[in-house]
Amino acid sequence: MKPQAFAYERAESVDQAVAALVEHGDEAKVLAGGQSLLPMMNFRLARPEVLIDIGGISDLRGWSLSQDTVTIRSLTRHCDIQNSDVPGPLGALLRYAAGLVGHLPIRIRGTFGGSLAHSDPSSEWCMMATLLDARMHVMGPSGARVIDARDFFLTVFTPAIEFDEVLTHIELPALGSNYRVNLKEFARRAGDFAIVAVMSAIEVRDNVITDARLCAGGVSDRALRLVQAEAALIGQAPTPETFAQAASLASQEVDPNGDLHGSKEFRQDLVKALTKRSLAGSLT
Amino acid sequence: MIGDSIARLEDRPLLTGRAIFVADISLPGQLSMRVLRSPIASGEITSIDTTAARAMDGVVAVWTGRDLDLPPIAFRQVSFEQMLPYRQPVLAKDRVRYVGEPIAIIVAENAYIAEDAEELISVDIDPLEPTMDATGQLGEFAPGLDTEALQFEFEYGALDEAFVQHTRHVEVKVRIGRHSGVPMECRGGVADFNPGTGVLTVYGAAKVPHYNRDAIASMLGMSPSRVIFKEQHVGGGFGIRGELYPEDVLLAWASRELGRPISWIEDRREHLVAANHSRDQFHILKAAVDDSGYIHGLADEFWLDQGAYVRTHAATVPTLTATMLPGPYVIPAYRVRGHVRLTNKTPAGTYRAPGRYEGTFARERLIDAIAQELDLDPMDVRERNFIRSEQMPFSRPLEALGTAIEYDSGDYSLLVKRAEDQWKLSEVEREVAERRSRGELVGIGRAFFVEKSGLGPFEGVRVTVDESGRIDVLTGGASVGQGFSTVMAQICGDVLSVDPSLIDVRHGQTDAFPYGMGAFASRLTVMAGTAVHQAATLVKEKAFTTVASMLEASVNDLELVNGAVQVKGSPDTAIDLGRVATALRPVTARKLGLEPGLGAEDWFFSDHMNYPYGYHIALVSIDPELGSPKVERYWIAYDIGKAVNPMLVEGQIVGGAAQGLGGALLESFEYDEHGQPLCTTFMDYMLPTVAEMPPVEVLITEDAPSPLNPLGLKGAGEGGTTAFGAAIASAVDAAIPGTRVSSLPISPEQVRGMLALMEKRNADIGGHG
Ligand SMILES: Cc1cc2nc3c(=O)[nH]c(=O)nc-3n(C[C@H](O)[C@H](O)[C@H](O)COP(=O)(O)OP(=O)(O)OC[C@H]3O[C@@H](n4cnc5c(N)ncnc54)[C@H](O)[C@@H]3O)c2cc1C
Repeated sequence: MKPQAFAYERAESVDQAVAALVEHGDEAKVLAGGQSLLPMMNFRLARPEVLIDIGGISDLRGWSLSQDTVTIRSLTRHCDIQNSDVPGPLGALLRYAAGLVGHLPIRIRGTFGGSLAHSDPSSEWCMMATLLDARMHVMGPSGARVIDARDFFLTVFTPAIEFDEVLTHIELPALGSNYRVNLKEFARRAGDFAIVAVMSAIEVRDNVITDARLCAGGVSDRALRLVQAEAALIGQAPTPETFAQAASLASQEVDPNGDLHGSKEFRQDLVKALTKRSLAGSLT
Repeated sequence: MIGDSIARLEDRPLLTGRAIFVADISLPGQLSMRVLRSPIASGEITSIDTTAARAMDGVVAVWTGRDLDLPPIAFRQVSFEQMLPYRQPVLAKDRVRYVGEPIAIIVAENAYIAEDAEELISVDIDPLEPTMDATGQLGEFAPGLDTEALQFEFEYGALDEAFVQHTRHVEVKVRIGRHSGVPMECRGGVADFNPGTGVLTVYGAAKVPHYNRDAIASMLGMSPSRVIFKEQHVGGGFGIRGELYPEDVLLAWASRELGRPISWIEDRREHLVAANHSRDQFHILKAAVDDSGYIHGLADEFWLDQGAYVRTHAATVPTLTATMLPGPYVIPAYRVRGHVRLTNKTPAGTYRAPGRYEGTFARERLIDAIAQELDLDPMDVRERNFIRSEQMPFSRPLEALGTAIEYDSGDYSLLVKRAEDQWKLSEVEREVAERRSRGELVGIGRAFFVEKSGLGPFEGVRVTVDESGRIDVLTGGASVGQGFSTVMAQICGDVLSVDPSLIDVRHGQTDAFPYGMGAFASRLTVMAGTAVHQAATLVKEKAFTTVASMLEASVNDLELVNGAVQVKGSPDTAIDLGRVATALRPVTARKLGLEPGLGAEDWFFSDHMNYPYGYHIALVSIDPELGSPKVERYWIAYDIGKAVNPMLVEGQIVGGAAQGLGGALLESFEYDEHGQPLCTTFMDYMLPTVAEMPPVEVLITEDAPSPLNPLGLKGAGEGGTTAFGAAIASAVDAAIPGTRVSSLPISPEQVRGMLALMEKRNADIGGHG
């Protein structure tokens, strides 16, 4: 479990990082918190010849709020988010989800952008980006571009970022106070990636659901919106019956693969139970 | 001092980062060894090409099985002749039998280069169909040898008659998963052969340094006195660490070949496929009972999945399973047949409470089944079958680890009563009943067991007082982190009335003390502790003799107070032990007619083990939709005979409980049908974390001191683990009425199966009613 030899460069700015990526081509990899990349290198599943460490680029850390958008910069640590005071339902969801990412040492080093770029289908941040249609901003040799969440996660560990691009920041909609947000996970141990997780955000006005967003992790090659369940919620009253019905639909619209940690049927049942529970409660 | 919960003497270096583990050792010119392992579960090696690896910069040597001529690794204990052909070679030659089996070694300037070079070796293996089931058809291990390395049968009493006379027969079939001790510190070693002196020094010894010194000397054809094993700090043993493995032999051999120090530090991925697995048994238990639940006869047949080879433990685990299985119950007639089966998995050995975790699970499942089928309270069934305190010492005509099984002391009913009173369990039961009536799935489970400890036959100690009064306790013992030094210092300090902080305990250095049996089987507090007690007593006597002649007093008038000898009641006559030591310098000692030095060596011998016992109680609730069992509370009562340091006993028990929980709910080495291991990281091999541990309440009692040693000591290392699986299973049964757990670990999917069964039953009852 020793990595193959690699060269190490420290970038002082995004431009420098991009320049280095251009120079080394796809032999290079960006190093953020290292909490996914370094284990993969130790297992020799990843063999970059050059690491471009972006950890020192200070303006890539932190978040800001403007009108109805919260911008989280790439290098914001999981623990920064856990301790942040982002207002409203989004803030509550961010803080709660951050607390479920791994263990404290991982949260201290691991980054928001690193998680998205790593694109694990059970990752809290990949779920959240998918749930809220986040906009990912990347910088490459020909300038900045924006990728919508639905186009960002191609498959397991494969984001739509080119080898010479750096993810700089992510925009999330600041959810209004009518949103109820929640996240329910099933894992056998604290700190593990969830076997199945369901994240929800529903807007309720005058006892009618006016927006419904549901996203499941651990059931596909990427975090998956539960569109049929969402559709069934819109226009309904937020009652246990409505939620139970949506939960049933949710479990039918996923087609997970079974593995060591849970069969297909078990995962489907988990989607049902967790959808119901996620909808029934609210973090705010 | 004995009986006080003093803080551990070991902790300062550990907590201040001054401990030295084997990976911290760096000798001048030290090289690194890497092991190339089989990626295939079963196959014939057709070719190995090491040319490219040898040519790599920084690579010193590459060896395959064809390059060395070493015997297979010998059995350390409980060996049977017929198992010999199944021993593991240090490197595979023509045949590989599990993923992880060593095929070649690379020695290089550092571990990075060694791992790079490993990738340059190309190995061709013709795969064969692997055997992955230990209970199925027998296969061929080698021409003329089948995959059953051993079948044995032990029996006493009139079993067949019991089954004829008592026609109520209860049967259970149970499975215990494949899991093992997974110490936080992986294995490792540094071997340093000095061509100048001809001495081979091996750092990183653990558990059985003296035995391993002799084994290595014999395998390499060296004199034992030319081989030195040195123990460093050890980050956990649990039975698996410190056994002689292929890597240990390869390391020593390679160092002698090259005449240079070589280090091998196992990584976690290796550890999970290379170090001993354990457990993995399937039992069919049958009892002939009467209406009161009394067991007149018990028959057990079991299969153990030994993995690909029989390692140092030989038949230790199966025989211990067989002979300790009857546990706390009388069982007048018993027959057990054990099958040790080879498969294409990592070989197995002992793990904390070997054989007892498995046997206790099987037996206590049977007790619960008897209670269920006869509609009795399981605790009444236990009471009905308990060996009573008046029956002690109680002999069972069986042997364990070469000693006759004779329970030395115990009052099992008393321990149950004490635990129930202490924790007001009837009140807890009431609360649980209330929750159940509100529809919650929650239950309490109980299990009782007998442990064994204090295995002989000997342990020796030398106690020496220096002229400042500091005391050196030199032992043949070993420490795997269990608090050995603290306990020895406490016993010594108790005899010599010296503060333990003034006592240094040495262990695991084969050149400093010539004999030692090692740290396993919860034996050292009993064996080495008693030897310390004896040797310290001799030192005290010598101090008295010395002071008596210095003061011209009678020995009988002297006493030892705060580390000083004085005439009884006269503190002004006090001479501290340091001054006594000074008076025993060679010249003055000669004048006093005494041997020089204030020190003594003594040995404790014992032909019998002693038998602590315990009682586990679990409160488990179940999430009906997710199927996950949650252990809300856990209680362990344990009779230790005499607790030298209750805090350490409690620490052993709670730590052991965490490992019991792992085996009950989480840990399992799984394989696919091709024999590929599926659990090679901590993501898939799920050790419990602190978050999964319930609060564990511990009651230590001293109602049954061992009559086999002067302090009444019994061992504490394993009782926190032993009944965990059994108690959890029983609690899950109680939470999901009408169902029965029959295998460990209890996965959420298994629970969901039980829930479905319960619902079906309820529906059936509803339909008929
Ligand atoms: C034991 C353990 C448990 C964990 N549990 C969880 C969990 O429960 N939930 C969870 O979500 N995660 C979990 N993680 C993963 C953790 O969240 C990682 O921090 C995260 O996946 C990656 O972030 P990082 O900053 O560490 O990225 P790195 O490891 O540095 O990089 C990951 C990948 O992203 C690329 N990359 C990183 N940043 C950028 C960027 N700005 N632009 C372009 N490419 C980039 C890298 O090149 C690399 O390919 C766990 C990790 C461990 C070790």
